Amino acid sequence: MEDRVKNASAGNYGEGIRSDCHVEISLKDTGGIDLDLKSKVAVMFGKAIREQVLEMARFFRLQHAGIRIMDSGALPFVIAARLEAAIKKLITSSNDYLLPELKENKQATPKDRKRISRLYIPGNAPHLMINAGIHKPDGIIFDLEDAVAPDKKYEARFLVRNALRNLNLYGAEKMVRVNQFPKSLDDLDHIVPHFVNLILVPKCESKEEILEINQKIASLNPAHRVWLMPIIESALGIIHSFEIATAADNIAAMAIGLEDYTADLGIQRTSTGKESFYARSHIVNACKAARIQAIDSVYSDVANTEGLKETVLESKSLGFDGMGCIHPRQIAIIHEHFAPSSRELEKAKKIFLAFREASEKGLGVVSLGTKMIDPPVVKQAKNTIDMAVSRGMLPENWLKEEKQ
Amino acid sequence: MKKYDTLVKNAAGRTVPEEINGRKHVPFQGVGKHRPQGRKHAPLIPTSLDYPADGNKTVASLREALEKAGLQDGMTISTHHHLRNGDLVSNEIFKHASEMGVKNLVWFPSAAFPCNAPVIDYLEDGTLNRIEGSMNGPLGKYCSEGRMTGTAVLRSHGGRYQAIQDGEIKVDIAVIATPTADPFGNGNAVDGPSACGVLGYSLADYQYADKVIVVTDNLVDFPCIPMQIEGNFVDYVVVVDKIGIPEKIVSGTTRITNSPDRLLIAQLTSQFCLETGILKDRGCFQFGAGGTSLAIGHDFHQILKEKNWKARFAFGGSTQYMVDMIRDDVMDYILDAQAFDLEAVRSVRENPNHYPVSIFHAYDFHSKGNYTTMMDIVILGATEVDINFNGNVVTHSDGYLLHGIGGWQNCLHAKCTILPIPLFRDRIPVIKDEVTTLCGPGELIDVIVTERGIAVNPRRQDLLDRLKHTGLPIKTIEELKNEAEKICGKPEKPVLDDEIVAAIKWVDGTVIDAVRKVNP
Repeated sequence: MEDRVKNASAGNYGEGIRSDCHVEISLKDTGGIDLDLKSKVAVMFGKAIREQVLEMARFFRLQHAGIRIMDSGALPFVIAARLEAAIKKLITSSNDYLLPELKENKQATPKDRKRISRLYIPGNAPHLMINAGIHKPDGIIFDLEDAVAPDKKYEARFLVRNALRNLNLYGAEKMVRVNQFPKSLDDLDHIVPHFVNLILVPKCESKEEILEINQKIASLNPAHRVWLMPIIESALGIIHSFEIATAADNIAAMAIGLEDYTADLGIQRTSTGKESFYARSHIVNACKAARIQAIDSVYSDVANTEGLKETVLESKSLGFDGMGCIHPRQIAIIHEHFAPSSRELEKAKKIFLAFREASEKGLGVVSLGTKMIDPPVVKQAKNTIDMAVSRGMLPENWLKEEKQ
Repeated sequence: MKKYDTLVKNAAGRTVPEEINGRKHVPFQGVGKHRPQGRKHAPLIPTSLDYPADGNKTVASLREALEKAGLQDGMTISTHHHLRNGDLVSNEIFKHASEMGVKNLVWFPSAAFPCNAPVIDYLEDGTLNRIEGSMNGPLGKYCSEGRMTGTAVLRSHGGRYQAIQDGEIKVDIAVIATPTADPFGNGNAVDGPSACGVLGYSLADYQYADKVIVVTDNLVDFPCIPMQIEGNFVDYVVVVDKIGIPEKIVSGTTRITNSPDRLLIAQLTSQFCLETGILKDRGCFQFGAGGTSLAIGHDFHQILKEKNWKARFAFGGSTQYMVDMIRDDVMDYILDAQAFDLEAVRSVRENPNHYPVSIFHAYDFHSKGNYTTMMDIVILGATEVDINFNGNVVTHSDGYLLHGIGGWQNCLHAKCTILPIPLFRDRIPVIKDEVTTLCGPGELIDVIVTERGIAVNPRRQDLLDRLKHTGLPIKTIEELKNEAEKICGKPEKPVLDDEIVAAIKWVDGTVIDAVRKVNP
């Protein structure tokens, strides 16, 4: 008999680690399943954890094995992911152990859905995932790329898959940042069948990558539309950005990643952002030409809320429709400052009311004072109003109140 | 035979002992139902002639003071937790007692901290029979495992005062660690290397104890001003090198939580207080020193400032965040029983609007009125609550007794009691069908604020009416409980031993619940 790996582990345990567990499995020839469970929540959930482990052992036809679990209060979907990752390092199985999917998580999203804020969550950090949704970002990105250490990439896929199915994100759009092409293709197997709404394609440089990814997605037969958001992070990517933006009709947005972009140029990223002005403007222009959303890079100094505010205001003035966040506390600031200012809102209301009045009177031409208003301006005013309503700045029945 | 053969069901439906440590106790009768009659307990009559005419009551050592005070078997010794986890005095008392061969003492601390873990040795060697006081950490664990000879009795800060006045606890010797004192026994906590600001927990003890020993590491000439402790109640003064470890007494700085989840809970809480109108101009409130509470206090500050409102007072534990409110002119006074950080200690020393008081004023059941009932808002914590809004602050869901009651029970009598707590901690839901240990009846708990929604006690229809169009996530407590269980699973209850290891007193001295032994 050939030598094969007999020991494997997954997950994390130790000082400062919460809501996670470390699973260690050693395959044996006899003795059945020998489970050694040390859990912070043993009194309340010891029995439930044991049952879950034994059920999974049966599912994967694990007959003889020592299973050692050190648990710091992991939720069932986390335990399942850790156990499955460890088991699949030892045995080949085409079966996936899936917990019943939350029905709230089976929501498709429209292409032009608001994506002002999208919160990055490391793909292998359960304690950061669990409450991500309560901070109400527009989207949550489970990151399989830069936020996961190379030796943890394998187990992170199971965790992210289970999170997509079993973690309530309270209405946030479910996003995953896959690894750089072509590794991204393997990530897709774990996420596309599980109602991911949008996939971020990092360091995208060509239309061909998009096409290959789409081909793979199609082969997985998702039950819903999966949107793409390429991230442009290099000089070449900037040059190819319009081509990328128009590579397929499921590209809902395109983002810029400035850390890698400035590295590619061999320059420092500064707080004024002068060095990336061209790239950001170029991206906005490419996105608008392709009629998709333009999304700005993250602001990485979490403690500097003033700096974030300034960046948001600049971002908005350049034409971006949203930006990334790396900490929940950035969400409210991003929403507040991407939202229309009271002046913008007042103007939008006037334009919209003038348009309504003109339509009611059957006039073809809309004017405000002495100025004629073009249809795109009306549309933009309507967008501004919708955003204000969705952010609670304007009551839903504002029109009625306005008439009174 | 078990230690307890007379168990009764109290008015809250909890099974409690009628007899504890050989003495009869009244089971909980319902909130406001029990009213002890008669006269208060009184200490021995001292004669001034028996005290040094030159006012110098110093003795050479703590051991000598204990001997002179007549320390003997079975006595009750009280101490205070003003020095918190930096206390160097309490353990010394029992070390001397052990060396003197004294047995079966009762320790009656206002609270014990992890630094008091060495006391376990004296529980083991028979010097101590039991602890009657809040036990945080290792001593609680020791008690939970049924290793203490006697039965612990946990009381609120106010309940401690009540027990002394009712004669339920007779303090034989009170040992008061005092950061600054004079030879006559006057003392305060605003000066000295171990300054902790206020000594709000010691009043009952030194007024009612037969013997009072002041221990200080900063002796000043008579008179010690301000006199937070009055030397006329004091028998002996002991000077030692160090009464405490400063950095463990007060935090250099107390800090607002960094956790975005807890900040969200804080924001929902302050928004709730604003929208319901309970946070208002000329109002008053109390919030503690925990990270979430501080965030709420910080929010209150911003709201008061924005609205151009001014709070009349806050009741301490004080922190720099409260002090900032006075400095920023959004509040008139701090009434303070304990200071949590250096800035608060400085403020109580220098600012006359930061006024030290005793818990007698705020919490005592036999005081002629309590400050606490005047409070518009009190922010508290809990380890568990249940669907009837009952609260637990002493045990964890696995049955371990790991925290004290503190002023928690007393504070429940405020106009609006709010518990901002996470819906689950790791995998452990905070809302249960029934609390493991009942510390506070649900009729006194008004609001539970979690990161996933706010539950208002249905008894508070007035609050619910004011919340109708606020957009705040108001849910029923059952909805919140189900939401947590959907995420975590339904937790099993701990299987506990029948043996009772601790009794939980209500503010009026009745027994509201009992803590069972944990099988480790």
